[in-house]
Amino acid sequence: MSKPHRMRAIAPLLVALVMFAVIVNALSGLPSTGEGLSAEVHDAAAQVGISNPVTAVLLDFRGYDTLLEIAVLMLATVTVLSLREESRVLRRPISRPADPVLATLTKLLVPLALIVTVHLVWIGSTLPGGAFQAGAVLGASGILLALSGYARPQWVGRGAMRAILALGLLTFLAIAVLPTVAGGNLLEYPEGTRKTLILVIESLLTLSIGASVAILFLSSASADRGGNRR
Amino acid sequence: MSPATLYPLAGAALFAVGVYGLLARRHLLHKVIAANFLGSGVFLILIGLGKRATGLTPDPVPQAMVLTGIVVTVALTALALALIKRYYSATGLTTFEPLDESEDER
Repeated sequence: MSKPHRMRAIAPLLVALVMFAVIVNALSGLPSTGEGLSAEVHDAAAQVGISNPVTAVLLDFRGYDTLLEIAVLMLATVTVLSLREESRVLRRPISRPADPVLATLTKLLVPLALIVTVHLVWIGSTLPGGAFQAGAVLGASGILLALSGYARPQWVGRGAMRAILALGLLTFLAIAVLPTVAGGNLLEYPEGTRKTLILVIESLLTLSIGASVAILFLSSASADRGGNRR
Repeated sequence: MSPATLYPLAGAALFAVGVYGLLARRHLLHKVIAANFLGSGVFLILIGLGKRATGLTPDPVPQAMVLTGIVVTVALTALALALIKRYYSATGLTTFEPLDESEDER
């Protein structure tokens, strides 16, 4: 083995080991117990009436994170959509599933998945759940439908798909910015509307996240199906 | 060993594996997988550190950060895969530089 090749094998190993040592060193300096922000979050969450602390952090105390996270997801989805070579995802021919077992399973699973989606959004304010988990289930049922041969219904056009995709981010953005018009702070929920607004945001985010998950998956999966490009 | 020390240690190891993979592997898909390893390592560290809280529930702030991070990782992975596909169909390559035949593939 010549010298540059050996370097190529050893240098990454060294970098990785140094990184590991640095992280372990940093971790060993931390106190072994730490309450972090548990107590603060718990008290504040009880005050605003959202008993699931993670949801309270995500949509209230650190709403910035979630707003920008949705923006990142949308940016990736729009980029993936524009990188596609053919627009097969949004314009698939209507076809019947060939396999009866798969068709029956899909017919049973998709309604169940939709119920789980609604359930996850609804319990999100009190129990583990919320827009992201619900969106993942919704997106998965879309992927299942597409993979087992069910086409997108005709009434859902390209425009509708894009509207659903943008709905979550735009609503969240509007609700975040509106208080500043009235002299408040960005992402401040007006008194008494917090729970309703969070539920509205979560529901619309679920639709957008579901659409985005399905599009991200299907636009990567479908382009090679027809011809074998080499 | 308590979860609060085991998880961050395992996370640091995963992170190191990810760094190694990102640098040493040349196939672009391997690099994407390595980036996912790296991110998962960070998540394990954060979740593990949140477990240091002695109360009934772990610290929710790291959990929320990890939840955000997972979504960003999904976006990153999907975008990287789309770019790799496009790159492959434009150049026929799965690495940034063509492999020499003298080298073993990595």
